[in-house]
Amino acid sequence: MNPARKRTVRLVVALSAAVVLASALIYTSFSAASPALSPTQLVRQAQPGRSYQLTGTVVHGSVRHVGNTLDFRVADRAGGTTIPVAYTGTVPDPFREGREVIVTVDKQHGQFVGERDSLITKCPSKYKSAPAGEKQNY
Amino acid sequence: MQAVAVILAFVLLAVVLFVISGPLRARRAGDAQEQTHPSFEQAELEAAREAKYREIRDAELDLRTGKLSRADYESIDGTLRAEALKILDRLRALAGAETPETNGD
Amino acid sequence: MPVLGRICLLLALVICVYGIGASLYGARSGRVEFSDSGRRAVYALAIVLTAAFAVLEVAFLRNDFAFNTVADTSSRTTPTFYRAAAVWSSQEGSLLLWAWLLSLWSSLALFLVRKRMRDIAAYATAILLGFGAFFIALMIFYATPFATRSPAPVEGVGLDPLLRFPTMMIHPPMLYSGYTLCTIPLAFAMGALIARRVDADWIRATRRFAFAAWLFLGVGILLGARWSYAELGWGGYWGWDAVENASLMPWLTGTAFLHSLMVQEKRGMLKVWNVSLVLATGTLAIMGTFLVRSGVLNSIHAFGGATLGVPFVTLIGVLIAGSIYLVVSRREMLRSEHRLDSLLSRESIFLANNVVLVALCFVIFWGTYFPLISEALTGNEASVGPPWFDRYTVPLALVLVLLSGIGPVIAWRRATLANARRNFVAPLLSALVALVALLAAGVSHKPFALAMFCCAAFVLGAVGQEFVRGTLARRAIAGEAPPVALLALVRRNRRRYGGYIVHIGIAVLFVGVAASSSFQHAVEQRLSPGSSSRVGAYTLRYVRPTATVTPKNDAAHTGSTLSLGAVVDVSKHGHHVATLRPSEGFYDSGEPAQGTVGHLIGGQAVSHISMSAGPTRDVWTAIAPDISAPALARIVTIGNRTLPADEAVVALGFLARAYLKNPPPAQFHFIVSPLVMWIWLGGLIVFGGGLIAIWPAPSAVRRRVAMRSRARSAHGLARA
Repeated sequence: MNPARKRTVRLVVALSAAVVLASALIYTSFSAASPALSPTQLVRQAQPGRSYQLTGTVVHGSVRHVGNTLDFRVADRAGGTTIPVAYTGTVPDPFREGREVIVTVDKQHGQFVGERDSLITKCPSKYKSAPAGEKQNY
Repeated sequence: MQAVAVILAFVLLAVVLFVISGPLRARRAGDAQEQTHPSFEQAELEAAREAKYREIRDAELDLRTGKLSRADYESIDGTLRAEALKILDRLRALAGAETPETNGD
Repeated sequence: MPVLGRICLLLALVICVYGIGASLYGARSGRVEFSDSGRRAVYALAIVLTAAFAVLEVAFLRNDFAFNTVADTSSRTTPTFYRAAAVWSSQEGSLLLWAWLLSLWSSLALFLVRKRMRDIAAYATAILLGFGAFFIALMIFYATPFATRSPAPVEGVGLDPLLRFPTMMIHPPMLYSGYTLCTIPLAFAMGALIARRVDADWIRATRRFAFAAWLFLGVGILLGARWSYAELGWGGYWGWDAVENASLMPWLTGTAFLHSLMVQEKRGMLKVWNVSLVLATGTLAIMGTFLVRSGVLNSIHAFGGATLGVPFVTLIGVLIAGSIYLVVSRREMLRSEHRLDSLLSRESIFLANNVVLVALCFVIFWGTYFPLISEALTGNEASVGPPWFDRYTVPLALVLVLLSGIGPVIAWRRATLANARRNFVAPLLSALVALVALLAAGVSHKPFALAMFCCAAFVLGAVGQEFVRGTLARRAIAGEAPPVALLALVRRNRRRYGGYIVHIGIAVLFVGVAASSSFQHAVEQRLSPGSSSRVGAYTLRYVRPTATVTPKNDAAHTGSTLSLGAVVDVSKHGHHVATLRPSEGFYDSGEPAQGTVGHLIGGQAVSHISMSAGPTRDVWTAIAPDISAPALARIVTIGNRTLPADEAVVALGFLARAYLKNPPPAQFHFIVSPLVMWIWLGGLIVFGGGLIAIWPAPSAVRRRVAMRSRARSAHGLARA
């Protein structure tokens, strides 16, 4: 095989490998991703065994510590449906009733269980961030 | 407070105009700066020359640290030197009568 | 004074517009005085923006609450240091910081090339001023730092307690310097493409700017990771958060560029690849800046209003379209001069390294923007979490580290196969020894960590061998003593050996990452005083509670009202190791509806972690005390009813005493992570090595070397 042909072959092989890997990546991202849903949507769509990103507001008066678990209810931003969540793991500093949160939940035995360390709280003020104890970056 | 602010604003404006108009005023005064600066091609060749010297030294270091056999080194070194000479020739031609050595780095 | 600030911004915009015009006119017409005037417009911009920044800074220091941004982010009680840094904690202030840093770095870059690359520099000036104009226009029309309200409030809201950490204050300027420095190589690349001169001269100039960007960005990223780990109540240094990823992506492409640039320099290859990398780096930096302040990925940070999204998307669109157009229209001139001589060459390893780095960048890009992508494609917004990122980045990182050990062993151009085989013996032996030692120590259940340790050993073996061989070679020539020879070797071959040191740093860093993620022990437990937790080999005992009424004892200037914590005793095998004092600071919420006492502790709570850092492990502790326990809640209720606002502070003392007397069980988070310190150490080594690599050799050395090379070239002519 002359050098030019060798080079073309190498290029084709490399590109094919890249395409295959990229496809694998893209495919798994769709299947591994958790859709972001509000309580209303979650109540309708939740299937056991899949994880979802629940977004909403923490209902006033619903926060309770039971042993190592934090129980609270999440309501739609506009009010309405509320969902009880049992969460274990790091509770970010800004977590408070009335604040917007995002928590990854699974439906287990009819109950919504928060995944460990997945709770993120948004800060109400416009530019100040409220990471889930995660890095703050400008 | 307002007065101070306005005065400062004017000072700033004056500084800005002075800085920006510098080259335009100098030009009108007949300052011919550019001739002393190297042409594009000369800068290009000088950069290429530096890079080529570095390659020659890299090849030698590769030999001394055992990455190249003597035979391979001689071959690579010869190629690099030939390429370096081509660059030096072009520089010499560019500079006319002056030799590259006296031009300095 | 706000008037002065606004005038400065307007003046700055005018300067930008003039500068763009003058530079372009000077470039097209060849009239040097106009290009020079355009360059000076950048200097003038720096002067004006410095003035604007000074106005804002002074307003903060003087507590001038007429300024909206001062009133929103500072207060009389905010300590001076934080007041000075609060300037960039707001949207508007941070835009000003970005524009200011852009003007400073651009001025420096253009000053350094003022005598060369006239045509390229002129176009680059126009582009940089274009960026400046964009940010200044944003400030003038969307988010001005100089907005005022009247009457001016008497007291400000104060700095968000989460930001009251020294590291957090240095991190934005470092990171912004990194981002703005990324735009400079982009501008020069575009300039070079427009002027059709993408050659050795361009390489020489761009390398320096690209390296500066790489350095500052890298330091900014590490500082952020360190801040996250040492200050936040989460205990991790990297969470694949969108904003973290946004800063990492340009750094990855920047690293790829620094390598592939050398290939272009030596072989005249990869020109299209290189300009694309540079343009991508700059564009990713702008995208990173945009991500953080547009609220577009709302699952992570809630920054800024949606108003800034549209201008940024437009800018990014223009950058991408412009880049593609330039590269395609100049593709003739970007053809490779040569091909790879051999697959067994350092050039080809660099190519592999580039592929891996770009693959990493692609993975991170996909994962970070996935919510947008999935929404566009399926209508549902979905996001991927850290496990997905880890699945793809860990193997890629392994390959990267391995390559960083292979590269030093292979010669440029065309390595001799026999020699290469011989040279791999020592590194492979190191890896093998490491493997055996680790397996013997029982480290077999974490294959990826094991693989990383072996790869790191491989790198250390390879680089160590290089230093030894180089020193011996130098001794053979100059007969110096080993330490002197080593120093001379590095001094005379900075790029090579500086680069080797960088690779050592990377290996050390990844060892730290692998160890701390795979072998971490974490426990979350509710403890009462006297009880303890077992965390790995350590026992952590809750000795007694602590309570401080902070207005009296605020040495760290946290600004909290009440601080509740614990004394934790750390021991291993019965021996005392450390005493840690984690605490949680409670803040005033400023909401009277919570009651006169209630609002004092009703605001955001901030965790102050306590950590014992060591070369082999970090012991990290955080506490979440139960402030709503019945005994404390009772005091708050009584205080709300009986105490007027100005006397409510007294209740804090009661709360503290009650907490100390009858402490309710508190939630503790304990983490023991091995080798975390190696991450920071590795980072320092990386940047130290980078500085050595980029440090210009003293001109005397250069002349001597050049002359000797020339003499030998003449010899070569005789031989040829």
